[in-house]
Amino acid sequence: MLVVSCIKQVPDTTQVQIDPVTNTLVRDGIPFIVNPYDTHALEESLRLRDRYRFRTVALSMGPPNAEATLRRALCQGVDEAILLSDRAFGGADTLATSTVLAAAIRRLHQQEEVGIVFCGKQTIDGDTAQVGPGIAVRLGFSQLTLVDRIEHVDLMRRRIRVRRKLEGRYEIVEASLPAMITVVRELNRPRYPTVHQRLAAAAATVQVWSNEVLGLDPSTIGLKGSPTWVSRIFSPEREKGEMIGNGLADPAGAARMLLERLVAKDLLTV
Amino acid sequence: MIEQTVFSILLAASLGLFFWLAWRRIVLIGAGRPENRFDRPLTRLRAMLGDAICQQRVAQRPFGINHMVIFWSFLVLALANGEFIIQGISPGFNLGLLLPPPLRNVLLLAFDTASLLCLGAVIVAAGRRLLVRPAALDSDYVSGRSMEAFVILGAIGLLMLASLGLHGCEIALGRESAATWMPVSSVVAGSFSGLSSTLLATLAGMFWWLHALVLLAFLCFLPASKHMHVLTAIPNCFFRSLEKPNTQPREEFTPDRSFGVAQVGDFSWKDILDSFSCTECGRCQDACPARATGKPLNPRQVIHAIKTNLLANGDSLKYGVKPTVPLIGDDSEATIGEEAIWSCTTCGACLSACPVCIEQMPKIVALRRSLVQMKSCFPEELLGFFENMESRANPWGIAPSERTKWCSSLEARPFVAGETEYLLFVGCAGSFDSRSKQVTLALARILDRAGVSWGILGRDEKCCGDSLRRLGNEFVFDRLATENTALLRERGVTKVITQCPHCFTVLKNDYRHYGLELEVVHHSELIRDLIAGGRLALDRTVDDLGVTVFHDSCYLGRHNDVYDAPRQVLAGATGTEPKELARNRQNGFCCGAGGGRMWMEEQSGTRINLERVNEALAAAPDTICVSCPYCLTMFEDGLKDTGTSRVRVKDLAEVVAAGLSGGAA
Ligand SMILES: Cc1cc2nc3c(=O)[nH]c(=O)nc-3n(C[C@H](O)[C@H](O)[C@H](O)COP(=O)(O)OP(=O)(O)OC[C@H]3O[C@@H](n4cnc5c(N)ncnc54)[C@H](O)[C@@H]3O)c2cc1C
Ligand code: SF4
Ligand code: SF4
Repeated sequence: MLVVSCIKQVPDTTQVQIDPVTNTLVRDGIPFIVNPYDTHALEESLRLRDRYRFRTVALSMGPPNAEATLRRALCQGVDEAILLSDRAFGGADTLATSTVLAAAIRRLHQQEEVGIVFCGKQTIDGDTAQVGPGIAVRLGFSQLTLVDRIEHVDLMRRRIRVRRKLEGRYEIVEASLPAMITVVRELNRPRYPTVHQRLAAAAATVQVWSNEVLGLDPSTIGLKGSPTWVSRIFSPEREKGEMIGNGLADPAGAARMLLERLVAKDLLTV
Repeated sequence: MIEQTVFSILLAASLGLFFWLAWRRIVLIGAGRPENRFDRPLTRLRAMLGDAICQQRVAQRPFGINHMVIFWSFLVLALANGEFIIQGISPGFNLGLLLPPPLRNVLLLAFDTASLLCLGAVIVAAGRRLLVRPAALDSDYVSGRSMEAFVILGAIGLLMLASLGLHGCEIALGRESAATWMPVSSVVAGSFSGLSSTLLATLAGMFWWLHALVLLAFLCFLPASKHMHVLTAIPNCFFRSLEKPNTQPREEFTPDRSFGVAQVGDFSWKDILDSFSCTECGRCQDACPARATGKPLNPRQVIHAIKTNLLANGDSLKYGVKPTVPLIGDDSEATIGEEAIWSCTTCGACLSACPVCIEQMPKIVALRRSLVQMKSCFPEELLGFFENMESRANPWGIAPSERTKWCSSLEARPFVAGETEYLLFVGCAGSFDSRSKQVTLALARILDRAGVSWGILGRDEKCCGDSLRRLGNEFVFDRLATENTALLRERGVTKVITQCPHCFTVLKNDYRHYGLELEVVHHSELIRDLIAGGRLALDRTVDDLGVTVFHDSCYLGRHNDVYDAPRQVLAGATGTEPKELARNRQNGFCCGAGGGRMWMEEQSGTRINLERVNEALAAAPDTICVSCPYCLTMFEDGLKDTGTSRVRVKDLAEVVAAGLSGGAA
C-alpha cells in the first residue's frame, strides 16, 4: 500500500514583504521552506510506514527549484519523491492545483494501491485550505480534515479512525480507506534527519513528471484552468500604537496606566 | 645459589605476567582509531617535562605536593631497585662497579633520604584517606578507601621499610662501607645494636625477601589497577592535545563512515590511553559544575566507564566485532547515560584540573556527535534550535533581516576591505537579544570614540555555530562554517572584533580548521589596548558602580587564556580592581550556558547559574561584571530567581561606555 504526502514549497513568510505597486509578493532573496503543516503530513506518512511497512511517496507541484523541498523529504526518509513541474502548471489556483495533484496520485494508484493521502491543513502563503479537499473530491477518497491524531488503521476492514481538532472540541471520526487527511501541527513532531539520511538524500534522484507524463487537458491546468485569480494583495492599515507612560523611568506607573486603559476598553476585568 | 634461582624464576614469572597484562592493554590502545599525536615533538617533550616530570599540574592542588614527593622518590628509587634486582640474580653486583665512588655515595644518600620521604608521604596519604576522607576521592564506583588503594599504599610503605631495614642490618653487620652516606639506615642500624650477628643476618635475609616479594607483587598488580597510571601518565602528557581543547577535529562526511562515538571502539587510541591514565584523583569531579549541581554527569566517571567498557568488551574489540556491552545507555559502571552526556557545559574545568592531561570534555562531544548525527537522538528542546539554525542561521529563528535592527539608532557601516580595518562580528545575542543589544551599542560608542575603523556584515552575518559544534551537530556546523569562512574570505576580512567569547573562540580557533586564519580580538582585549595606547580616554571615572566583582567566562578564560584584559579594563574604568570570586581564573565556575546548555532545560539538580550567583553574592557586590552575553543572561536570570534586585549585571563594554560623556551606567 502507498501513503502519499503532498508538500508545497512556500516562501518563508516571516521574511516576505508585499510590493505596494504591483501587489505581488516580493520573493527576491527570500528563502523557501517546506510549508510547516506539510512537514507534519510527511512525518505521519513516515510513522505509518515504520509501523505498517507501507511505501511512502512525497509529491510536490512547483517550479524546478521546488526540488529542494523534495530533497528535504528524502532526508526525512521518504522512499520516493516526485516533482510535478511543467510551464503548463504555472499560475494555478486551488482548483487547477488539485487537478494536477489528483492526476499524479491516480497515476501512482495504477502501479500500487494508494491507501492514504496526507496534506497540510493549509499553506502559509495561500492559506486557502482547499487543495486537500479538492484532491479528495477528484479521487473519490474519504475526506478527513484537521486531524491531530491517527487513532487506528484497520487494514482488514479497510477503515481508519482519527481525531479531528476543532474549535474547543475534538471529534473522533471513522472513515473507509482510501482517505485524504489534512493535518494540524499537534499531530506529531517531525523527525530530525540523520547524517546518513542526508547523504543518501543528496545522492537520490527526484523524479520529475511533466504534463507529458500526466496527459491532462491543457485547459484544465495552470493559469488556463484557473477560474480564480488574485486581483490585489495589500496589508491593512494598522492603527498606530501609542506610548503609555514612560516605562524606562517609571515602570510601575506605566504598568498601572496600561492596566487602567485595558480595563476601560473592556479588554480586562478586575 | 638456591635463593638466586628461586628469585630468578619469580622474577621471570612476574615480568612475564607484567608484560602480558600490559600487552593486553596496549593491544586495546592499538585497537583505537588512528589520530596523529606525534606532531611538534619538542613542544610535547617540553610540556611533558613540565607537567609530568616536574608535576606542575599535580602541584596545582596543595595535596599534590605529597604526590610529588612519592613521584620523585620513585624516580630516584627506580635506580636502587634496578640494582636490587640485578643483585638478586648476581649477588656480586653493585652500582659501585659502574660508578666512581663519590657519585655512588651521592646516590646512596639520595636513595636513603628518598626512602624516608616516600615512607612519610605514604603515611600522610593513608592518613588523608582514613581521617580527612576528601569527598573528591569517592565516585559512584570507586572509593577513596578501597582495598586497592590501601594495598598499594601498604606495598609502597613495606618496600621502604624493607629497604631501610635491609640497609640497617647491613650497616649493623659492618658490611656497608659507605654507611656515613646513609643517615636514615644508620639510625635504623643503631636500633639494631645489641642483636647478634646471626640474628642480624637472618633479619637481613628476611628484609631482602620481603622487599623482593613486594616489589614483584607490585609489578604484577600495576597494570591491572589504577596504578597503571604509573606507566601511562607520562606518555599521556606527551600525547596531550596541543590544540585548544574545545576545537574538536572536523569530521569527513561520506556515506561509508560513522560519525562521532557510539561504542568504545570508535574512540581514538589516545582516548583509550586517557582511560588507562586516570589516577582517580577526583579533581575533575570536584571542578565540574554539572556534578556540583546534582546532574548525573561526572567527568571522572566518563573516563572510568570508558575503561570499564573497554575491558568488558576487550575481545570483541581485538577481533573487530561489535561490542556486546553498549557504551551509551543507563548510567552504570561501564556505560554513560544520555542525560549525563547532555549535562556538560563544555566549560573545560575538568580539562584544566586533570593532573595527567586527560581530555574528558572532547569525549563527551564525540558521544553527542553520534547521538545527534547517527540516531537523531537529543533533548527535544534542541529540535527547534537545530531547525532555526538551519533555516535562519540564528538560535531563535528570527528573520535575518532583523539582524541590523540594533544599529537603527546609529549609522550602519558595512565592512569594506581596504577601507575598514576591523569587522565587528556582532554575534546572534548582540544582534537579537534586547539586553545584549545594549552591549553592542556601548561597544560601538567606544569604538567610535577611539576612532577605530569598523564595519559589519549586516544581514549577511550568520551564527558562528558554536553551540551547534559543542552539541555534536557537526554536519550542520560544517555547512555553516564553510559558508561563513567563504564569506569572510570573499569580503577580505582579516581582523575581527567580537563581544562574545563563543564567537571569539570559533572565529579564532575553530575556523582555522577551515583554512581561515583571522586576527580575532575580544572586546576586552581591544578596549584594554585602546586605553593603554592612549587612544581611548574616559571622561570620568565610573565610580558609581559600588563594589564590583568579575566573573570569568569559560570560553574567554580557560579556553583562550584571556584573564587579565577584562580585569585591567574594569580597573581602568572604575579606578579600583574588581573583587575576585572564590573560584576565579583557571578555577572559574561556569554560568551554565556553554556547550549548548543555553538552549536546553535543566532537568535535574539545582541550577548552575544560581550556584554561581550565590557565590558572587557572597562577595557582597553591587555590580557583577561579565564579558559574555551568555553569562549576562544567566546572571540576570539567576539574580531574579534569588530575588536580589539591588545587584546589577554589566558587560565591561557598558562599564567603559558609562565613562564616556553622555553615557550612564
Ligand atoms: C498570497 C496568495 C493568495 C492566493 N489566493 C488564492 C485564492 O484566493 N484562490 C485560489 O484559488 N488560489 C489562490 N492562490 C494560489 C494558491 O495558493 C495556489 O493555487 C496553491 O497551489 C494552492 O493553494 P494554497 O497554497 O492555499 O494551498 P492549501 O489549500 O492551503 O494547501 C493545503 C495542502 O495542500 C497541499 N498542497 C497545496 N499546494 C500544493 C502543491 N503545489 N504541491 C503539493 N501539495 C500542495 C499541501 O499539503 C498543503 O498543505 C494564492 C496564492 C498566494 C501566494
Ligand atoms: S567540561 Fe565542564 S561541565 Fe563538562 S564535564 Fe568537564 S567540568 Fe563538567
Ligand atoms: S580524569 Fe584526571 S582529574 Fe579526573 S579523576 Fe582521572 S586523573 Fe583525576
